[in-house]
Amino acid sequence: MGTNKARQARAPGSLLARRERTAWLLLLPAILVILLVAAYPLYRTIYFSLTDASYLRPGEEKFIGLENYVFLLQDATWWTAVRNTVVFSVTSVLLELLLGLGVALILNSQFRARGLVRAAILIPWAIPTVVSSQMWSWMYQDVLGVVNDIFLRLHLISERVGWLAASGTGILNLILKNLNIISEPVPWLPDISVTMASIIAVDVWKTTPFVALLLLAGLQSIPDDIYEAARVDGAGALRQFFRITLPLLKPAILITLIFRTLDALRVFDVIQVMKSTDIATISMSVYDRQLLVEFNKLGYGSAVAVAIFLVISVFTVIYITSSRVRFD
Amino acid sequence: MTAKRWFVFVLSLGLAMGFALAQGVTITIACGAVGQELELCKEETAAWAAKTGNKVTVLETPQLTNDRQGFYQQQLAAGSSDIDIYQIDVIYPGTLANFMIDLKPYVSADELKVQNQGIIANNTVGGKLVAMPWFTDGGVLYYRTDLMKKYGVAVPKTWTELFAAAKKIQDGERKAGKKDFYGFVFQGNAYEGLTCDALEWIASSGGGTIIDASGKVTINNAKAAAILDLVASQIKLVSPPAVTTYDEEKARGVFQSGNAAFMRNWPYAYSLGNQEGSAVKGKIGVAPLPAGPGGSNVGTLGGWQLAVSKFSKNPKVAADLVRYLTGREVQKERAIKGSFQPTIPDLYKDADVLKAVPFFKDLAGRQPVARPSTVTGPKYGEVSAAFWSAVHDVLSGKSKAAAALAALEKKLNQIKGSGW
Repeated sequence: MGTNKARQARAPGSLLARRERTAWLLLLPAILVILLVAAYPLYRTIYFSLTDASYLRPGEEKFIGLENYVFLLQDATWWTAVRNTVVFSVTSVLLELLLGLGVALILNSQFRARGLVRAAILIPWAIPTVVSSQMWSWMYQDVLGVVNDIFLRLHLISERVGWLAASGTGILNLILKNLNIISEPVPWLPDISVTMASIIAVDVWKTTPFVALLLLAGLQSIPDDIYEAARVDGAGALRQFFRITLPLLKPAILITLIFRTLDALRVFDVIQVMKSTDIATISMSVYDRQLLVEFNKLGYGSAVAVAIFLVISVFTVIYITSSRVRFD
Repeated sequence: MTAKRWFVFVLSLGLAMGFALAQGVTITIACGAVGQELELCKEETAAWAAKTGNKVTVLETPQLTNDRQGFYQQQLAAGSSDIDIYQIDVIYPGTLANFMIDLKPYVSADELKVQNQGIIANNTVGGKLVAMPWFTDGGVLYYRTDLMKKYGVAVPKTWTELFAAAKKIQDGERKAGKKDFYGFVFQGNAYEGLTCDALEWIASSGGGTIIDASGKVTINNAKAAAILDLVASQIKLVSPPAVTTYDEEKARGVFQSGNAAFMRNWPYAYSLGNQEGSAVKGKIGVAPLPAGPGGSNVGTLGGWQLAVSKFSKNPKVAADLVRYLTGREVQKERAIKGSFQPTIPDLYKDADVLKAVPFFKDLAGRQPVARPSTVTGPKYGEVSAAFWSAVHDVLSGKSKAAAALAALEKKLNQIKGSGW
């Protein structure tokens, strides 16, 4: 019965059919754009990943099946890159979230020149990453750099540290040693290399303002009267934070986490500028660029690109299912 | 009013005719940007432009040679005609041969004859002259003449002597209050420069050239391992902790600000170090690099060539600019102003050149060691990256040389596959 009715309603010339046609017409430009800028490149990447294409021999690629993917599974550099990228993403996003939340709470309170401060904290975010990474790598320089100079003056370190060179030393070990808590490195300490930590610090410096801004928007959407009611009921500041602010901020936090994680997993510029293709800090995207641009391996590079796509999808799926985010 | 309008009309007509007469084409050249390279490139191309009535746009390219190579390949693979002339590294004529025009028809036999024939052979791929040599390079040891005298140290002949001398001077200078003073700086970053430096250590110790002329991987040997372990043991001792992030310019920064006793670098650093404002002006000595036990001192062959893209819209005019830049006159000027090593052997006897750069007379007869770029062809990029990564691991203390070289041998054979 129902299907019959639907078929009737969709008869040519009927109102519904005309509306449907208009809807498709209106959607057509968007669909075309998506096909052109997303579907076609993705198809080409997957196609190349099944060939031995090289930039040195344009148009002469041979189909080689899954050979590139079999090689990928045994490629030690690729797995190092995956590990580096995950370490970078998890650590930087976590730190950015904690610091960003703190900054957002401060900016949400009433104080003089609040507008000015809100604008000012965005400066690190506004500087192009390539520029700020180069700036930081000069500041990290061992002999002439300002970081060592300040830390030495403050007696935070006892000797010059090669911040971007110490990929064999862990940051926790370095701190503990300089606090005279340990004298020899503790190898079993779960640690991130000083170099990776220095790069993460730059990313945190750059992105915390962005996270703070997203969370600030969330904070401002919490109505004041809830807090007023809490105060009347005698809830202290800490209790207010854990019982009101945090639960109501959860959607904003989740969106921020997804945004930032997906962004961090694609990290390229900060690592490329500060450490180039050094295996110690190589990320998935940096490795892919090296394969494509320096080694001319269009085929294998495309396979790596597909693998990056898969790794990022895994994270997306985990986030969406575990948090049951509703996008509507 | 009408008189004024008339005047404007005549003036614009005159200008238009002027443009029509001076009408030429615009040539874009991708020049290096290390030290004075860019500045000199702009000067020289402007002189040619003024002479021929053409225009030249000078494009600044990335400093690290592998980044530059990547940028070139992107342009060329896309068939872009934006760049007419490419400045290419001595290791790349083989890789880029298909994208460049044959320069033979544009250069006279005499102009070819005066060039270094070894480099011409390197730049000739399958009978096609891919690029004209512009300047050559070989690693040299820089030292501070004043400090050598102060501490009674002779110019080191072996690596062990170098590190001992570096330690002695470093200890003395630090005691005198220079806390940031280091003994020896070099190119330790994970990039092509480290391949050059490490090849010098290994070849000068009798450890071969990574891959021999027949294509066999020879890197896994005891002599190579010994010298790598020796250099690694000197980091933090006489070399800055971050020397494993230094490229040419970072090393020069430390040496030129008076903070190092010895430096490994290319000849270009000489004239910069002697410029006004340099802390070590007039105190720079240059010697061949030290050798290992039982080896002979060698510098890695570097250097840059000029090639014309086959996508160029004006290949004839571009080739003329290449002829001009690689000619005797410009090479002489570059030797004097920028201590760039000429590829014309005659210029090493030129009085003006030797007056500006005295150490060139010692370089004339030296046989540099070449990176295995010819035998590995298009796979050289991967080979070099695998090599510098392994060396970098040893320098950063992540592995011992013997283990790193064994793994490297395996990796190189894997890259080689059924053949180079």
